[in-house]
Amino acid sequence: MNKRITEAFAHGKAFIPFITCGDPSLEVTEQLVYALEEAGADLIELGIPFSDPTAEGPVIQAANVRALSGGVTTDKIFDMVKKIRKKTAIPMVFMTYANVVFSYGTERFVKKAAELGMDGLILPDVPFEEKEEFDSVCRAYGLDLISLIAPTSHERIARIAKEAEGFVYCVSSLGVTGMRSAITTDIGAMVKLVKAEKDIPCAVGFGISTPEQAKKMADQSDGAIVGSAIVKLCGQYGKDCVPYVAAYVKEMKDALR
Amino acid sequence: MSKGRFGIHGGQYIPETLMNAVIELEEAYNHYKDDPEFNRELTELLNEYAGRPSRLYYAAHMTEDLGGAKVYLKREDLNHTGAHKINNVLGQVLLAKKMGKTRVIAETGAGQHGVATATAAALMGMECEVFMGEEDTKRQALNVYRMRLLGAKVHAVTSGTATLKDAVSETMREWTNRIADTHYVLGSVMGPHPFPTIVRDFQAVISKEIKEQMLEKEGKLPDAVLACVGGGSNAIGTFYHFIEDADVRLIGCEAAGRGINTAETAATIATGKLGIFHGMKSYFCQDEYGQIAPVYSISAGLDYPGIGPEHAHLYDIGRAEYVPVTDEEAVEAFEYLSRIEGIIPAIESAHAVAYARKIVPQMRKDQCVVITISGRGDKDCAAIARYRGEDLHE
Repeated sequence: MNKRITEAFAHGKAFIPFITCGDPSLEVTEQLVYALEEAGADLIELGIPFSDPTAEGPVIQAANVRALSGGVTTDKIFDMVKKIRKKTAIPMVFMTYANVVFSYGTERFVKKAAELGMDGLILPDVPFEEKEEFDSVCRAYGLDLISLIAPTSHERIARIAKEAEGFVYCVSSLGVTGMRSAITTDIGAMVKLVKAEKDIPCAVGFGISTPEQAKKMADQSDGAIVGSAIVKLCGQYGKDCVPYVAAYVKEMKDALR
Repeated sequence: MSKGRFGIHGGQYIPETLMNAVIELEEAYNHYKDDPEFNRELTELLNEYAGRPSRLYYAAHMTEDLGGAKVYLKREDLNHTGAHKINNVLGQVLLAKKMGKTRVIAETGAGQHGVATATAAALMGMECEVFMGEEDTKRQALNVYRMRLLGAKVHAVTSGTATLKDAVSETMREWTNRIADTHYVLGSVMGPHPFPTIVRDFQAVISKEIKEQMLEKEGKLPDAVLACVGGGSNAIGTFYHFIEDADVRLIGCEAAGRGINTAETAATIATGKLGIFHGMKSYFCQDEYGQIAPVYSISAGLDYPGIGPEHAHLYDIGRAEYVPVTDEEAVEAFEYLSRIEGIIPAIESAHAVAYARKIVPQMRKDQCVVITISGRGDKDCAAIARYRGEDLHE
């Protein structure tokens, strides 16, 4: 297990924000990372944009389009991480799609990410059955490949949990990422199935946007992940988004304290 | 290695949310594929409703004109709904019904698969929603109306390039949203396992019939079979029962658009590289960072940046050849077949006709080729007229 990820869950309920790298620019993304840490984020998910993000709802899809049309590439994101790591040790994981890693060369990608000080990798289109080709490389370089479980996982949860590293990403609802008015899944039951198999932190994502939802989800797990609500602010305020995002994240983190 | 591999290709690269759905589908398919009652029902639907077996037509005028091998046309355009898509759809919708599903969703490019799915849903009393790139809803407005007429709801997809790949992405998203009562009727030999296998098995009827019909008409196997390839469902259907016959050339014709040296192409084997997308490992048109390319072809049905995993494997092992055919060559072939045989092929199928025109004259007169005419061309008339500078609107 990656030490920094373990550390992220060592101080009460974790708040995990997601941002899309390069939306609206990599300079702003860098500033956002510092502001997120300052506002109380415990771990940060950095999204590497992909042309066809099949697990994302409209808000993050649009952010991917904005970032890619701004000329963001995997190499430019690596350069940004290098700069960030000179200033902060906050736990950070990449969130992207299998093809971004595979086409870069899985080993080349993972080696570089680990050397730059990234702590983990989330690939929403790589389920348990396909993880070995990525996980074997991640293990070799000390990067945690984060496992996801969904409301449809049922009997699969035990198998997935057994081999999970870092933390388990509990997908709160059916469908794609995006804000929802209500989350009806029994998160507590999902988390219990994980913990019965392995003592590993569980964070809940998909659909969380309000402090009340974040608290409710974190009460049943070890933390809350928020993407679309933050990315929406980035889309709305563009290069001026940093203080708005910081204020929002502070409010969300306060609800978990 | 995971399930559903063709060499290194295939697999199940999909969100965890969908995993139990594809496992359930695989179990159901394995149960029903050898079930006599299921097969009796499916055969009856294919024969009595869709009009199978489709004709293997000897194209005497084309043969004479080209002056080489004898040309046969496998007339999938004569199927109900006018394309080979119905073969797969009747199988999948019947399977979905047996699984207790009440709703089907599908992507469509040219609209042929959407129309076929809407047709089968109407026949079997299922709710149906079709996702189609907004660009394609304009190119194929008539098919949008046909789907609505059949009772389906059509969603115009505006994300990305608003074409087939975006329609697939959006249908996958919709499936993760509503799984319990819904089956995703994937239209080609692509996506996560078990789709490439299921769709291939349902389309394999094409080569099964070609084999029987050729043995009956010529007393021997063809020297080459040709089909157009986007995802590759009619091509795998055309190839499948000939894979074991090493002397039969298997030729897949890709859409080169404005040419494989331009950015406006959809020829995956000619211009793509290995990648992971839409649930499978295969070849894809993409940039150096793995971003999927905005491909182009005059044919909405071939306008897809990837190719099915079994085709990728047949290419790797050298069993099948894949050749690029440009818009211009396809349009010429569309006009050629219309005039010389009185058969208006789908612009997709015209890609295979175009390549046959190149190789047939080089072949001996005692040789035979079969071209699969995967669909009829009525849907393309307005677009081809516009391509030729005529202001024709439906």
